[in-house]
Amino acid sequence: MGHHQHIEVTSTKPYEFTRKNRMIAGVMIIIGLIAIIAQFATHHTQTWSNLLMNNFMFMGMALCATFFLAVQYVAEVGWSAVIKRPVEAMGQALPVAGGIMIVIILLGGQSLYHWMAPGITTPGSENYDAIIAGKNGFLNPAFFWIRVVAYFAIWTYFTKLFRKNSLLSDEGDGKGYWQKNRSAAAKFLVLFAATESTMSWDFIMSIDTHWYSTLFAWYTFAGMFVTSIAALVFTITYLKSKGYLQEVTEHHLHDIGKFMFAFSIFWTYLWFCQFMLIWYSNIPEEVTYFMLRQDHYRGWWLGSFFINFIAPFVILMTRDAKRKLYLLMYMSIVIFIGHWIDTFVMVIPGSMLTAGHHAAEAGAHHGHALSLGSVGLMEIGTTLGFIGLFMYLVQHHLSKAPLVAKNHPMLEESLHHAI
Amino acid sequence: MSAAEKKFVYGIFNDDEVVVNAIGTLRSQGLKVKDVISPFPIHGLDHELGLARTRISICAFIYGMTGLSLALLMMYYMNIFDWPMDIGGKPSFAFYKNLPAFIPVTFESTVLCAAHGMVITFLLRSKILPGVEPHIIHPRMADDHFVMAIQVKEDTDLAKVESLVKAAGAVEFKS
Repeated sequence: MGHHQHIEVTSTKPYEFTRKNRMIAGVMIIIGLIAIIAQFATHHTQTWSNLLMNNFMFMGMALCATFFLAVQYVAEVGWSAVIKRPVEAMGQALPVAGGIMIVIILLGGQSLYHWMAPGITTPGSENYDAIIAGKNGFLNPAFFWIRVVAYFAIWTYFTKLFRKNSLLSDEGDGKGYWQKNRSAAAKFLVLFAATESTMSWDFIMSIDTHWYSTLFAWYTFAGMFVTSIAALVFTITYLKSKGYLQEVTEHHLHDIGKFMFAFSIFWTYLWFCQFMLIWYSNIPEEVTYFMLRQDHYRGWWLGSFFINFIAPFVILMTRDAKRKLYLLMYMSIVIFIGHWIDTFVMVIPGSMLTAGHHAAEAGAHHGHALSLGSVGLMEIGTTLGFIGLFMYLVQHHLSKAPLVAKNHPMLEESLHHAI
Repeated sequence: MSAAEKKFVYGIFNDDEVVVNAIGTLRSQGLKVKDVISPFPIHGLDHELGLARTRISICAFIYGMTGLSLALLMMYYMNIFDWPMDIGGKPSFAFYKNLPAFIPVTFESTVLCAAHGMVITFLLRSKILPGVEPHIIHPRMADDHFVMAIQVKEDTDLAKVESLVKAAGAVEFKS
């Protein structure tokens, strides 16, 4: 303030999606496909669980990017105007993630979700389960599919709408389109609050069908959001290292760094709240969830807690740390790995238990029933495939529009952002 | 005011932008601009004044660690050492096994000590403890006026300083 020198917008051109980067993304997707096919030949449930957890992370990154964008509109945020296009580009991956999710559940649902087993709500059936039958009002296939389709329809509609208005604003009336997006964002946030909650029950919590936790939706959201911010940091770091987005200064990085720091702490808070209450009360129907993780997945379970809490807490605490581009980038990788492990611990123990039920019912070999799932080359390969797909989609959409929305009504404020 | 103490004169401004711009102008004219007192935070003021970063965050960390250690020590003594407690039907009587039950109290104690420590440090450092006579330079300095403190020597020509400060946009001058 005080010195109103004009800052020129240099990012007037779209990102150039080079042949080399297309190749890298393509190779990663092929590695992913090979890993999925190879794993499918050995163990179906493990493959479906693996696909579900990776696609869930992928979907979460895109969904929370749209959520972040909507919050920027509703709160009338000025500083984030220069990073709006990378956030939008991340959100555009949502329809693809939705399509993959529907395919995974259509084909692999019965391997993943205990409540999808045939006859599970029919009294007298050998599969009959009284607890699951009691949840039939919510967890029945027809209602489940209506919800799943509604989620992706709502999310995709708003993601596309924000993007469309944002692109139209480049032609002229920046303020008008911004106002349209702001009212759409308010509606989206209300729908997001509801759909995100039920989505986390449907996709993740219903794997451990007997168990429930009332703050599970919050916990899932915190993990998804911090992963999404980590992906955003990585995208911005990459763009800046290639000479794009020079408008993003250490002041903007400081704000994004605060998000990464704060939501890591928020995630820890929810992780601990969920664990501590269940641990303290020690009710059998609740505590089995943690017993399973403590006994068979102790390293992963506690490891994710330490990676996602101690690392960001200690490393990102100081002001200087949040302003250093490459330190933030390394932290975003650490946080991604930490939340990958967290998602692994959310999905795999439950679905492998479902597989155990099926195997026991089919009278299979006992050793097979106790298969726990592990992290091997197949899991890493699948994750690489999903990262490649995400990278491809984000770069593709970054190359479709100028990297800075030049008619954003608060662009001037964002360019002069100083904290 | 004794001779050993630093002597200050004050320029009173009524616009935040003018006061920020005046810092550079007056410094280039050889005046020692030491501080600006403002009723609200002004973006870029710290940078313009060249103030060192506050060390209150380091204090906060130390106070927080003190609170954390005190809480854990207290609960260790009470619930493990002096009178072992069966927590949640899990009679392990080991500190690390009962730790989850201690975390909420530890957290609260950390926040309590950090927050109170910071406030008390700030009050002491700014000499605005209850009962201390406040140093009011201008009656509107906490309302809509900005006060710039300029350090002068005993033999400085105050009339010249006044004309410079007024030329830089001050509405009043106080020596």
